[in-house]
Amino acid sequence: MSTDAAIRVRGIEKSYKDLHVLRGVDLDVAEGSILALLGSNGAGKTTLVRILATLLRADAGTATVHGFDVADAPGDVRRSISLTGQFAAVDDVLTGRENLVLVARLRHLADPRTTADALLTRFSLTDAGDRKASTYSGGMRRRLDIAMSLVGDPPVIVLDEPTTGLDPQARIEVWHTVAELARGGTTVLLTTQYLDEAEQLADRIAILHKGTIIQNGTLAELKRLLPPAEVEYVEKQPSLEDVFLALVGEPDRIDTTDHTAPRTGQEPR
Amino acid sequence: MTTHVLADTGVLTGRSLRHILRSPDTIVTTAVTPIALMLLFVYVLGGAIDIGSDQSYIDYLLPGILLITIASGIAYTAYRLFLDLQGGIFERFQSMPIARSSVLWAHVLTSLVANVASVAIVVGVALLMGFRTGASLGAWLAVLAILVLFTLALTWLAVIAGLSATTVDGASAFSYPLIFLPFISSAFVPTDSMPGPVAWFAENQPVTSVVNTVRALFAEQPVGSEIWVALGWLVGILAAAYAAAIALYRRKIS
Repeated sequence: MSTDAAIRVRGIEKSYKDLHVLRGVDLDVAEGSILALLGSNGAGKTTLVRILATLLRADAGTATVHGFDVADAPGDVRRSISLTGQFAAVDDVLTGRENLVLVARLRHLADPRTTADALLTRFSLTDAGDRKASTYSGGMRRRLDIAMSLVGDPPVIVLDEPTTGLDPQARIEVWHTVAELARGGTTVLLTTQYLDEAEQLADRIAILHKGTIIQNGTLAELKRLLPPAEVEYVEKQPSLEDVFLALVGEPDRIDTTDHTAPRTGQEPR
Repeated sequence: MTTHVLADTGVLTGRSLRHILRSPDTIVTTAVTPIALMLLFVYVLGGAIDIGSDQSYIDYLLPGILLITIASGIAYTAYRLFLDLQGGIFERFQSMPIARSSVLWAHVLTSLVANVASVAIVVGVALLMGFRTGASLGAWLAVLAILVLFTLALTWLAVIAGLSATTVDGASAFSYPLIFLPFISSAFVPTDSMPGPVAWFAENQPVTSVVNTVRALFAEQPVGSEIWVALGWLVGILAAAYAAAIALYRRKIS
């Protein structure tokens, strides 16, 4: 895992004035896997992601993306990584298609139009392709945003809280997209504050807390950290999400899994 | 990566020009205030203004009006740059393998195109209102060159405003003093009609030399040393604003 890590972070530190956000982060993301970086608000997830995308310089430590050091070879890193931030970075004045063509041109692809058309199809945006992005729903914007990140097939994709602020249906659409990406061999680093999202999608889960990674493992490994579950009989109440999705017509649940049954024993409400 | 500077700048300039084409009102809005001022001064106030020569007042007035047009036009550059920074698309560009300076240059070139369009509209209206010049092609080109230089200098000031603003209003507010600067210059009335300190300020601020130079070019008069004063001011402001904008940009993206 150490040799074929698509993202490799060692001892990264970052402070904003007195605020010590990252205090020596170590992290590996294996090629072609999905790693979910879990943490509460302000844990430093976005800071780490911005360092990996060369938008921010670390105070100490090293990070490589696809074998390139973020400090020494930022140009090569930018060619290898694509970042989708918390706020959909699309151009509202342009149409969906124009947004994709713009990014394709900036990535110096040979045939921007074909690339754009293919991505519109893949993200079910063909019908909306010639409408201004400002007319899109939240879910469509986020899909367009992710599509823009995929232009030129970068080997590493970073999704910073891709479902924050989306309604349940749009969330599931995004989950589909992410699962599909990983099937295609793309390495995905996903930050999230939703535990179920990490559970659904990730091969490995790393927990960032107070500036360091306090745990890193598969879901099964993390579950073993706690004493074995006690068997308890609880009346199964549908969650509000189940009700909502049943009423409005649920899009296909993500199909990678045996998680289709409602998972977590509902927390007492 | 430097090999892509031109191509990337071209692509990004195409993007922001498309913004302008989709909302052409920004060009019209830029032209409306100067045209209103021109109507006001020519048809209402102008009769009472003694410009000390037999030149028609609109011929006297137009150079200053053109500078006001540009000063209000560049506010949109600050505005568009600020929106890019706010919306996250700026960060998307920064995280992509493109020449970083092309992001700013695209806005600057767009500003140039938009302002030339607004200036053309104002000149068109002035012609309808009776503006006449016998200026040669060379003189017209000289006027164009000075206005382009003026636009570039002010646009780089706008870039500073756009990069450092924290609110939309702040991004465009910096242009108000620039719009008013021509009023305290030789643009509307001869400076020797003003009281001492005001006249001194008017004679020694950049707008006056630019106005006088453009006016002389239109009137087929010799520009004298005034053109060098004007060029000195414009190149100086351009260099200082450019250096400051780039320094600010570097700090912003690192």
